[in-house]
Amino acid sequence: MSNARCADMIIVGSGIAGSSTAWYAAQKGMKVIVIDKDGVIGNGASSRNGGGVRVSGRLAPEIPLAKYAVENIWPNLADALGVDIEYHKAGNIRFAFTEKDLPTLETIKKTNAAYGVDIEIISAEEAKHRCPYVGDSVTGAAVCDIDGTANPLKTTLAMYRAARNLGVAYYSGEEAVRIETVKGRARRVITASGNVYEGEHIVLACSYQARALANTVGVDFPFRQKLIEIFVTEPTRPMFDFMFSAVGASGGAYGHQTEHGSFVWGGDSGHEHHPIFEEDAKCIQPTASAISRGTMTYFPALAELKVIRTWAGWIDLCEDLVPVIGPVEEVPGRMVAAGYSAHGFCLGPVTGKILAECAAGETPCVDWKPLAYDRFRSIF
Amino acid sequence: MKEYLDRTMDIGPYVPEPDDDLIICRCEEITRGEIRKAIHEGMFTMTEVKRYLRTGMGLCQGQTCGRLVKQILEQELSKRITPEAENTARAPMRPIPMSTYGKEVE
Repeated sequence: MSNARCADMIIVGSGIAGSSTAWYAAQKGMKVIVIDKDGVIGNGASSRNGGGVRVSGRLAPEIPLAKYAVENIWPNLADALGVDIEYHKAGNIRFAFTEKDLPTLETIKKTNAAYGVDIEIISAEEAKHRCPYVGDSVTGAAVCDIDGTANPLKTTLAMYRAARNLGVAYYSGEEAVRIETVKGRARRVITASGNVYEGEHIVLACSYQARALANTVGVDFPFRQKLIEIFVTEPTRPMFDFMFSAVGASGGAYGHQTEHGSFVWGGDSGHEHHPIFEEDAKCIQPTASAISRGTMTYFPALAELKVIRTWAGWIDLCEDLVPVIGPVEEVPGRMVAAGYSAHGFCLGPVTGKILAECAAGETPCVDWKPLAYDRFRSIF
Repeated sequence: MKEYLDRTMDIGPYVPEPDDDLIICRCEEITRGEIRKAIHEGMFTMTEVKRYLRTGMGLCQGQTCGRLVKQILEQELSKRITPEAENTARAPMRPIPMSTYGKEVE
Protein backbone atom coordinates (compact mmCIF):
# COMPACT_ATOMS: atom_id res chain seq x y z
CA MET A 1 0.00 0.00 0.00
CA SER A 2 1.80 3.13 -1.17
CA ASN A 3 -0.69 5.85 -0.28
CA ALA A 4 -2.29 6.48 3.09
CA ARG A 5 -5.82 5.25 3.64
CA CYS A 6 -7.73 8.36 4.66
CA ALA A 7 -10.92 8.92 6.64
CA ASP A 8 -12.45 11.43 9.04
CA MET A 9 -11.75 9.08 11.93
CA ILE A 10 -9.18 6.33 12.41
CA ILE A 11 -9.99 3.94 15.23
CA VAL A 12 -7.40 1.56 16.65
CA GLY A 13 -9.23 -1.40 18.18
CA SER A 14 -12.28 -3.26 16.89
CA GLY A 15 -13.82 -4.17 20.25
CA ILE A 16 -17.03 -2.87 21.77
CA ALA A 17 -15.59 0.63 22.40
CA GLY A 18 -13.96 0.99 18.98
CA SER A 19 -16.85 -0.48 17.01
CA SER A 20 -19.41 1.58 18.97
CA THR A 21 -17.46 4.75 18.23
CA ALA A 22 -17.36 3.74 14.56
CA TRP A 23 -21.10 2.99 14.52
CA TYR A 24 -22.11 6.31 16.10
CA ALA A 25 -19.64 8.33 14.01
CA ALA A 26 -20.84 6.67 10.78
CA GLN A 27 -24.41 7.57 11.73
CA LYS A 28 -23.27 11.21 11.76
CA GLY A 29 -21.98 10.84 8.22
CA MET A 30 -18.32 10.51 9.08
CA LYS A 31 -16.03 8.30 7.06
CA VAL A 32 -14.47 5.83 9.49
CA ILE A 33 -11.66 3.26 9.35
CA VAL A 34 -11.12 0.68 12.12
CA ILE A 35 -7.84 -1.23 12.34
CA ASP A 36 -7.01 -4.06 14.74
CA LYS A 37 -3.81 -6.00 15.23
CA ASP A 38 -5.80 -9.21 15.70
CA GLY A 39 -7.30 -11.13 12.81
CA VAL A 40 -10.53 -11.59 14.77
CA ILE A 41 -12.95 -8.75 15.56
CA GLY A 42 -13.10 -7.74 19.23
CA ASN A 43 -10.77 -10.52 20.34
CA GLY A 44 -9.73 -8.78 23.56
CA ALA A 45 -11.78 -8.05 26.66
CA SER A 46 -14.92 -7.34 24.59
CA SER A 47 -15.22 -11.07 23.94
CA ARG A 48 -13.73 -12.10 27.27
CA ASN A 49 -15.97 -10.80 30.02
CA GLY A 50 -18.89 -11.84 32.20
CA GLY A 51 -21.52 -9.91 30.26
CA GLY A 52 -22.54 -7.61 33.10
CA VAL A 53 -24.52 -4.51 32.15
CA ARG A 54 -24.68 -2.76 35.47
CA VAL A 55 -24.66 0.53 37.33
CA SER A 56 -24.24 -0.83 40.84
CA GLY A 57 -20.89 -1.50 42.45
CA ARG A 58 -19.06 0.93 40.21
CA LEU A 59 -16.72 3.73 41.23
CA ALA A 60 -18.15 7.25 41.45
CA PRO A 61 -16.58 8.84 38.31
CA GLU A 62 -18.07 6.25 35.94
CA ILE A 63 -21.57 5.97 37.43
CA PRO A 64 -23.11 8.77 35.28
CA LEU A 65 -21.94 6.95 32.12
CA ALA A 66 -23.16 3.57 33.33
CA LYS A 67 -26.50 5.07 34.31
CA TYR A 68 -26.96 6.73 30.94
CA ALA A 69 -26.03 3.50 29.17
CA VAL A 70 -28.43 1.35 31.18
CA GLU A 71 -31.30 3.86 30.91
CA ASN A 72 -30.91 5.06 27.34
CA ILE A 73 -28.77 2.74 25.25
CA TRP A 74 -28.97 -0.91 26.31
CA PRO A 75 -32.79 -1.24 26.33
CA ASN A 76 -32.95 -0.29 22.62
CA LEU A 77 -29.67 -1.72 21.42
CA ALA A 78 -30.96 -5.06 20.07
CA ASP A 79 -33.51 -3.25 17.88
CA ALA A 80 -30.98 -0.67 16.72
CA LEU A 81 -28.42 -3.35 15.81
CA GLY A 82 -30.92 -5.80 14.36
CA VAL A 83 -29.45 -8.68 16.40
CA ASP A 84 -30.77 -10.34 19.55
CA ILE A 85 -27.96 -9.49 21.96
CA GLU A 86 -29.73 -11.28 24.83
CA TYR A 87 -30.03 -8.19 27.00
CA HIS A 88 -32.01 -8.84 30.17
CA LYS A 89 -32.63 -6.20 32.81
CA ALA A 90 -33.10 -8.73 35.57
CA GLY A 91 -31.04 -7.03 38.28
CA ASN A 92 -27.72 -7.58 39.98
CA ILE A 93 -27.51 -9.21 43.39
CA ARG A 94 -24.32 -8.80 45.36
CA PHE A 95 -24.36 -11.35 48.14
CA ALA A 96 -22.40 -11.07 51.38
CA PHE A 97 -21.32 -14.32 52.97
CA THR A 98 -19.69 -13.05 56.18
CA GLU A 99 -20.77 -10.55 58.85
CA LYS A 100 -17.76 -8.34 58.12
CA ASP A 101 -18.82 -7.89 54.49
CA LEU A 102 -22.18 -6.36 55.46
CA PRO A 103 -20.82 -2.76 55.79
CA THR A 104 -19.61 -3.04 52.16
CA LEU A 105 -23.24 -3.39 51.09
CA GLU A 106 -24.07 -0.12 52.89
CA THR A 107 -21.12 1.60 51.18
CA ILE A 108 -22.38 0.45 47.78
CA LYS A 109 -25.86 1.78 48.63
CA LYS A 110 -24.45 5.19 49.68
CA THR A 111 -22.11 5.62 46.66
CA ASN A 112 -24.91 4.83 44.25
CA ALA A 113 -27.53 6.95 46.07
CA ALA A 114 -25.41 10.06 45.42
CA TYR A 115 -26.06 9.51 41.69
CA GLY A 116 -29.71 8.61 42.06
CA VAL A 117 -29.17 4.87 41.67
CA ASP A 118 -31.36 2.90 44.02
CA ILE A 119 -29.86 -0.08 45.83
CA GLU A 120 -31.96 -2.20 48.16
CA ILE A 121 -30.26 -3.99 51.04
CA ILE A 122 -31.98 -7.25 51.87
CA SER A 123 -31.61 -9.67 54.78
CA ALA A 124 -30.30 -13.22 54.60
CA GLU A 125 -33.89 -14.59 54.61
CA GLU A 126 -34.96 -12.23 51.84
CA ALA A 127 -31.87 -13.21 49.84
CA LYS A 128 -32.84 -16.86 50.25
CA HIS A 129 -36.36 -16.03 49.14
CA ARG A 130 -35.12 -14.12 46.10
CA CYS A 131 -32.71 -16.92 45.18
CA PRO A 132 -33.51 -20.32 46.72
CA TYR A 133 -30.22 -21.72 45.42
CA VAL A 134 -27.95 -19.45 47.47
CA GLY A 135 -25.96 -21.24 50.19
CA ASP A 136 -26.80 -21.08 53.92
CA SER A 137 -23.77 -18.93 54.71
CA VAL A 138 -25.38 -15.87 53.06
CA THR A 139 -25.57 -12.89 55.44
CA GLY A 140 -27.34 -10.34 53.24
CA ALA A 141 -27.38 -8.83 49.78
CA ALA A 142 -27.51 -5.58 47.83
CA VAL A 143 -29.97 -5.58 44.94
CA CYS A 144 -29.89 -3.20 41.99
CA ASP A 145 -32.94 -3.72 39.81
CA ILE A 146 -31.81 -1.65 36.82
CA ASP A 147 -28.76 -3.85 36.21
CA GLY A 148 -28.69 -6.76 33.84
CA THR A 149 -26.71 -8.91 31.46
CA ALA A 150 -26.14 -9.29 27.75
CA ASN A 151 -24.20 -11.60 25.48
CA PRO A 152 -20.82 -9.86 24.96
CA LEU A 153 -19.81 -12.03 21.99
CA LYS A 154 -22.95 -11.26 20.05
CA THR A 155 -23.08 -7.60 21.10
CA THR A 156 -19.53 -6.91 19.97
CA LEU A 157 -20.00 -8.66 16.63
CA ALA A 158 -23.43 -7.06 16.12
CA MET A 159 -21.84 -3.64 16.69
CA TYR A 160 -19.14 -4.47 14.12
CA ARG A 161 -21.79 -5.73 11.68
CA ALA A 162 -23.87 -2.57 12.10
CA ALA A 163 -20.84 -0.30 11.64
CA ARG A 164 -19.72 -2.25 8.59
CA ASN A 165 -23.23 -1.99 7.12
CA LEU A 166 -22.90 1.80 7.41
CA GLY A 167 -19.73 1.70 5.35
CA VAL A 168 -17.09 1.61 8.08
CA ALA A 169 -13.91 0.04 6.65
CA TYR A 170 -12.33 -2.64 8.87
CA TYR A 171 -8.78 -3.93 8.40
CA SER A 172 -7.76 -6.85 10.63
CA GLY A 173 -4.21 -7.95 11.32
CA GLU A 174 -2.99 -4.36 11.17
CA GLU A 175 -0.94 -3.58 14.25
CA ALA A 176 -0.65 0.12 15.01
CA VAL A 177 2.87 0.89 16.20
CA ARG A 178 3.15 4.66 16.03
CA ILE A 179 1.11 7.83 15.92
CA GLU A 180 2.46 10.76 13.93
CA THR A 181 1.49 14.37 14.39
CA VAL A 182 1.16 16.90 11.61
CA LYS A 183 1.40 20.56 12.72
CA GLY A 184 0.76 19.52 16.33
CA ARG A 185 -2.31 17.42 15.56
CA ALA A 186 -2.38 13.64 15.76
CA ARG A 187 -3.15 12.67 12.19
CA ARG A 188 -1.48 9.42 11.20
CA VAL A 189 -1.37 5.89 12.49
CA ILE A 190 1.53 3.78 11.20
CA THR A 191 1.21 -0.01 11.33
CA ALA A 192 3.82 -2.75 11.72
CA SER A 193 3.43 -3.58 8.03
CA GLY A 194 4.30 0.02 7.16
CA ASN A 195 0.81 1.07 6.15
CA VAL A 196 -0.39 4.58 6.93
CA TYR A 197 -3.88 5.54 8.04
CA GLU A 198 -4.64 9.22 8.15
CA GLY A 199 -7.57 11.11 9.63
CA GLU A 200 -8.82 14.16 11.48
CA HIS A 201 -9.52 12.13 14.61
CA ILE A 202 -7.44 9.25 15.96
CA VAL A 203 -9.21 7.09 18.54
CA LEU A 204 -7.28 4.66 20.73
CA ALA A 205 -9.75 1.97 21.76
CA CYS A 206 -7.18 -0.77 22.17
CA SER A 207 -7.09 -1.54 25.87
CA TYR A 208 -3.68 -1.65 27.59
CA GLN A 209 -2.00 -1.44 24.18
CA ALA A 210 -3.17 2.20 24.02
CA ARG A 211 -0.38 2.98 26.45
CA ALA A 212 2.52 2.10 24.14
CA LEU A 213 0.82 3.91 21.26
CA ALA A 214 0.16 7.02 23.36
CA ASN A 215 3.82 6.95 24.40
CA THR A 216 4.80 7.60 20.77
CA VAL A 217 3.31 11.10 21.09
CA GLY A 218 4.59 11.69 24.61
CA VAL A 219 1.46 10.80 26.56
CA ASP A 220 1.25 8.05 29.16
CA PHE A 221 -1.58 6.30 30.96
CA PRO A 222 -1.09 4.28 34.14
CA PHE A 223 -2.38 0.98 32.74
CA ARG A 224 -1.33 -2.53 33.55
CA GLN A 225 -2.69 -5.94 32.70
CA LYS A 226 -4.58 -8.48 34.68
CA LEU A 227 -5.70 -11.94 33.68
CA ILE A 228 -9.34 -12.88 34.02
CA GLU A 229 -10.65 -16.39 33.69
CA ILE A 230 -14.14 -17.73 33.24
CA PHE A 231 -15.70 -21.10 32.78
CA VAL A 232 -18.87 -22.10 31.00
CA THR A 233 -21.09 -24.96 32.12
CA GLU A 234 -23.41 -27.26 30.26
CA PRO A 235 -26.91 -25.80 29.83
CA THR A 236 -29.52 -26.53 32.49
CA ARG A 237 -33.06 -25.45 33.33
CA PRO A 238 -33.59 -21.72 34.01
CA MET A 239 -32.52 -21.24 37.64
CA PHE A 240 -31.84 -17.54 38.00
CA ASP A 241 -31.97 -14.56 35.73
CA PHE A 242 -29.95 -11.95 37.67
CA MET A 243 -26.23 -11.17 37.65
CA PHE A 244 -24.53 -12.57 40.72
CA SER A 245 -21.44 -11.51 42.57
CA ALA A 246 -20.03 -11.94 46.05
CA VAL A 247 -18.68 -8.90 47.91
CA GLY A 248 -15.29 -9.04 49.54
CA ALA A 249 -14.92 -12.68 48.59
CA SER A 250 -11.52 -14.22 48.29
CA GLY A 251 -11.41 -16.81 45.53
CA GLY A 252 -14.87 -15.55 44.76
CA ALA A 253 -17.19 -15.98 41.89
CA TYR A 254 -19.43 -13.85 39.70
CA GLY A 255 -21.57 -14.60 36.72
CA HIS A 256 -25.00 -15.40 35.43
CA GLN A 257 -27.05 -17.98 33.62
CA THR A 258 -27.33 -17.21 29.95
CA GLU A 259 -30.43 -17.40 27.77
CA HIS A 260 -28.87 -20.58 26.37
CA GLY A 261 -29.05 -22.16 29.85
CA SER A 262 -25.33 -22.41 30.54
CA PHE A 263 -23.68 -20.58 33.42
CA VAL A 264 -20.89 -18.16 32.62
CA TRP A 265 -18.91 -18.04 35.79
CA GLY A 266 -15.77 -16.07 36.62
CA GLY A 267 -13.54 -15.77 39.63
CA ASP A 268 -10.05 -15.42 41.02
CA SER A 269 -7.52 -17.86 42.38
CA GLY A 270 -5.23 -15.11 43.62
CA HIS A 271 -2.58 -15.68 40.96
CA GLU A 272 -3.92 -13.46 38.19
CA HIS A 273 -1.97 -10.29 38.89
CA HIS A 274 1.33 -11.98 38.10
CA PRO A 275 0.74 -14.73 35.55
CA ILE A 276 3.40 -15.72 33.06
CA PHE A 277 2.99 -13.12 30.35
CA GLU A 278 1.92 -14.39 26.98
CA GLU A 279 0.24 -12.17 24.46
CA ASP A 280 -2.52 -14.72 23.92
CA ALA A 281 -4.02 -15.05 27.36
CA LYS A 282 -4.06 -18.58 28.73
CA CYS A 283 -5.86 -20.09 31.70
CA ILE A 284 -3.73 -20.81 34.73
CA GLN A 285 -4.09 -24.14 36.40
CA PRO A 286 -5.62 -23.35 39.81
CA THR A 287 -8.33 -20.97 38.67
CA ALA A 288 -11.12 -23.16 37.28
CA SER A 289 -10.83 -25.31 40.41
CA ALA A 290 -11.01 -22.20 42.60
CA ILE A 291 -14.12 -20.96 40.77
CA SER A 292 -15.67 -24.42 41.17
CA ARG A 293 -15.09 -24.31 44.93
CA GLY A 294 -16.40 -20.72 45.18
CA THR A 295 -19.51 -21.61 43.21
CA MET A 296 -20.20 -24.72 45.29
CA THR A 297 -19.90 -22.63 48.46
CA TYR A 298 -22.26 -19.94 47.24
CA PHE A 299 -24.64 -22.17 45.24
CA PRO A 300 -24.41 -25.79 46.45
CA ALA A 301 -27.18 -26.76 44.02
CA LEU A 302 -24.79 -26.24 41.08
CA ALA A 303 -22.15 -28.72 42.31
CA GLU A 304 -22.95 -31.47 39.81
CA LEU A 305 -23.21 -29.16 36.82
CA LYS A 306 -20.48 -29.93 34.29
CA VAL A 307 -17.87 -27.41 33.18
CA ILE A 308 -17.45 -27.66 29.41
CA ARG A 309 -15.09 -24.82 28.56
CA THR A 310 -12.66 -22.44 30.22
CA TRP A 311 -11.07 -19.33 28.80
CA ALA A 312 -8.88 -16.42 29.77
CA GLY A 313 -8.38 -12.82 28.69
CA TRP A 314 -6.34 -9.74 29.47
CA ILE A 315 -8.04 -6.74 30.96
CA ASP A 316 -6.60 -3.26 31.16
CA LEU A 317 -6.40 -2.12 34.76
CA CYS A 318 -6.13 1.63 35.16
CA GLU A 319 -4.43 2.88 38.33
CA ASP A 320 -7.69 4.30 39.76
CA LEU A 321 -9.80 1.48 38.30
CA VAL A 322 -11.90 3.69 36.03
CA PRO A 323 -11.30 4.20 32.31
CA VAL A 324 -9.65 7.07 30.48
CA ILE A 325 -12.13 8.55 28.02
CA GLY A 326 -12.32 11.54 25.71
CA PRO A 327 -10.07 13.90 23.77
CA VAL A 328 -6.48 14.32 24.98
CA GLU A 329 -5.88 18.06 25.05
CA GLU A 330 -2.08 17.84 24.84
CA VAL A 331 -2.39 16.16 21.46
CA PRO A 332 -5.32 17.61 19.49
CA GLY A 333 -7.04 15.10 17.28
CA ARG A 334 -6.29 12.27 19.68
CA MET A 335 -9.05 10.57 21.63
CA VAL A 336 -8.91 7.62 23.95
CA ALA A 337 -11.26 4.98 25.30
CA ALA A 338 -9.22 2.49 27.30
CA GLY A 339 -8.26 1.37 30.78
CA TYR A 340 -11.75 0.09 31.49
CA SER A 341 -10.51 -1.98 34.42
CA ALA A 342 -13.02 -4.77 33.73
CA HIS A 343 -15.97 -2.41 33.31
CA GLY A 344 -15.78 -1.88 29.56
CA PHE A 345 -18.55 -4.04 28.19
CA CYS A 346 -21.40 -2.02 29.68
CA LEU A 347 -19.62 1.29 29.03
CA GLY A 348 -18.46 0.57 25.47
CA PRO A 349 -21.57 1.82 23.63
CA VAL A 350 -21.96 5.02 25.68
CA THR A 351 -18.25 5.78 25.22
CA GLY A 352 -18.70 5.37 21.48
CA LYS A 353 -21.59 7.82 21.52
CA ILE A 354 -19.59 10.37 23.55
CA LEU A 355 -16.51 10.18 21.31
CA ALA A 356 -18.58 10.48 18.13
CA GLU A 357 -20.32 13.53 19.61
CA CYS A 358 -16.97 15.07 20.61
CA ALA A 359 -15.62 14.47 17.08
CA ALA A 360 -18.71 16.08 15.55
CA GLY A 361 -18.35 19.12 17.84
CA GLU A 362 -21.61 18.37 19.64
CA THR A 363 -22.31 18.47 23.36
CA PRO A 364 -21.73 14.92 24.65
CA CYS A 365 -24.69 13.05 26.13
CA VAL A 366 -22.79 12.61 29.41
CA ASP A 367 -20.04 14.76 30.93
CA TRP A 368 -16.92 12.64 30.41
CA LYS A 369 -14.54 15.11 32.16
CA PRO A 370 -14.25 13.10 35.41
CA LEU A 371 -12.71 10.34 33.25
CA ALA A 372 -10.42 12.64 31.26
CA TYR A 373 -6.74 11.90 30.85
CA ASP A 374 -5.66 15.01 32.76
CA ARG A 375 -6.60 13.51 36.13
CA PHE A 376 -3.11 11.99 36.10
CA ARG A 377 -1.27 15.33 35.99
CA SER A 378 1.43 15.82 38.58
CA ILE A 379 0.26 17.12 41.92
CA PHE A 380 2.80 20.00 41.87
CA MET B 1 -4.54 -14.95 14.92
CA LYS B 2 -2.78 -12.06 13.25
CA GLU B 3 -3.61 -12.63 9.59
CA TYR B 4 -4.25 -9.49 7.52
CA LEU B 5 -7.83 -9.22 6.31
CA ASP B 6 -9.39 -6.40 4.31
CA ARG B 7 -12.99 -6.54 5.48
CA THR B 8 -14.19 -4.16 2.78
CA MET B 9 -13.91 -7.12 0.38
CA ASP B 10 -17.06 -8.02 -1.51
CA ILE B 11 -18.06 -11.68 -1.35
CA GLY B 12 -21.45 -11.00 -2.91
CA PRO B 13 -24.89 -11.38 -1.33
CA TYR B 14 -26.12 -14.48 0.47
CA VAL B 15 -27.89 -16.71 -2.05
CA PRO B 16 -29.95 -19.59 -0.59
CA GLU B 17 -28.88 -23.10 -1.64
CA PRO B 18 -30.88 -26.35 -1.55
CA ASP B 19 -28.92 -27.92 1.33
CA ASP B 20 -29.01 -24.84 3.56
CA ASP B 21 -31.23 -26.64 6.07
CA LEU B 22 -28.57 -29.27 6.84
CA ILE B 23 -27.61 -29.30 10.52
CA ILE B 24 -23.86 -28.66 10.75
CA CYS B 25 -23.38 -28.12 14.50
CA ARG B 26 -25.38 -30.92 16.11
CA CYS B 27 -24.89 -29.79 19.72
CA GLU B 28 -26.31 -26.34 19.09
CA GLU B 29 -28.44 -27.23 16.05
CA ILE B 30 -26.99 -24.65 13.65
CA THR B 31 -27.68 -25.11 9.95
CA ARG B 32 -25.46 -24.63 6.93
CA GLY B 33 -27.72 -21.76 5.82
CA GLU B 34 -27.33 -19.92 9.13
CA ILE B 35 -23.55 -20.26 8.87
CA ARG B 36 -23.51 -19.05 5.25
CA LYS B 37 -25.73 -16.08 6.16
CA ALA B 38 -23.43 -15.11 9.06
CA ILE B 39 -20.40 -15.19 6.75
CA HIS B 40 -22.17 -12.84 4.33
CA GLU B 41 -22.95 -10.55 7.28
CA GLY B 42 -19.21 -10.15 7.87
CA MET B 43 -18.27 -13.09 10.12
CA PHE B 44 -15.15 -13.97 8.15
CA THR B 45 -13.31 -16.17 10.69
CA MET B 46 -14.04 -19.44 12.51
CA THR B 47 -13.98 -17.60 15.83
CA GLU B 48 -16.48 -14.98 14.69
CA VAL B 49 -18.90 -17.59 13.32
CA LYS B 50 -18.58 -19.46 16.61
CA ARG B 51 -19.23 -16.41 18.75
CA TYR B 52 -22.10 -15.17 16.56
CA LEU B 53 -23.96 -18.49 16.17
CA ARG B 54 -22.53 -20.83 18.87
CA THR B 55 -21.14 -23.37 16.38
CA GLY B 56 -18.66 -25.46 18.38
CA MET B 57 -19.75 -24.07 21.74
CA GLY B 58 -21.84 -27.08 22.77
CA LEU B 59 -21.01 -30.27 24.62
CA CYS B 60 -18.56 -31.60 21.99
CA GLN B 61 -16.79 -28.22 21.71
CA GLY B 62 -16.60 -28.32 17.93
CA GLN B 63 -15.00 -31.75 17.61
CA THR B 64 -17.75 -32.71 15.15
CA CYS B 65 -18.56 -29.49 13.29
CA GLY B 66 -15.16 -27.75 13.30
CA ARG B 67 -14.01 -29.14 9.96
CA LEU B 68 -17.41 -28.60 8.36
CA VAL B 69 -17.60 -24.96 9.42
CA LYS B 70 -14.07 -24.51 8.09
CA GLN B 71 -15.07 -25.97 4.71
CA ILE B 72 -18.12 -23.69 4.44
CA LEU B 73 -15.95 -20.65 5.24
CA GLU B 74 -13.39 -21.70 2.63
CA GLN B 75 -16.12 -22.07 0.01
CA GLU B 76 -17.81 -18.74 0.74
CA LEU B 77 -14.56 -16.76 0.99
CA SER B 78 -12.74 -18.65 -1.78
CA LYS B 79 -9.62 -18.95 0.38
CA ARG B 80 -7.86 -21.46 2.61
CA ILE B 81 -8.33 -21.25 6.38
CA THR B 82 -4.92 -21.70 8.00
CA PRO B 83 -4.55 -24.04 11.00
CA GLU B 84 -3.83 -21.09 13.28
CA ALA B 85 -7.19 -19.56 12.33
CA GLU B 86 -9.08 -22.63 13.52
CA ASN B 87 -10.90 -22.56 16.84
CA THR B 88 -8.82 -22.81 19.98
CA ALA B 89 -9.29 -26.08 21.85
CA ARG B 90 -10.08 -25.28 25.46
CA ALA B 91 -9.79 -27.24 28.67
CA PRO B 92 -11.34 -29.43 29.96
CA MET B 93 -11.14 -32.09 27.25
CA ARG B 94 -14.33 -33.72 28.52
CA PRO B 95 -17.11 -32.09 30.54
CA ILE B 96 -16.26 -32.26 34.27
CA PRO B 97 -18.67 -31.65 37.18
CA MET B 98 -17.69 -28.78 39.47
CA SER B 99 -17.68 -31.22 42.39
CA THR B 100 -14.76 -33.03 40.69
CA TYR B 101 -13.02 -29.97 39.21
CA GLY B 102 -13.01 -28.29 42.62
CA LYS B 103 -11.14 -31.17 44.27
CA GLU B 104 -7.84 -30.54 42.53
CA VAL B 105 -6.20 -28.91 45.55
CA GLU B 106 -6.46 -30.57 48.97
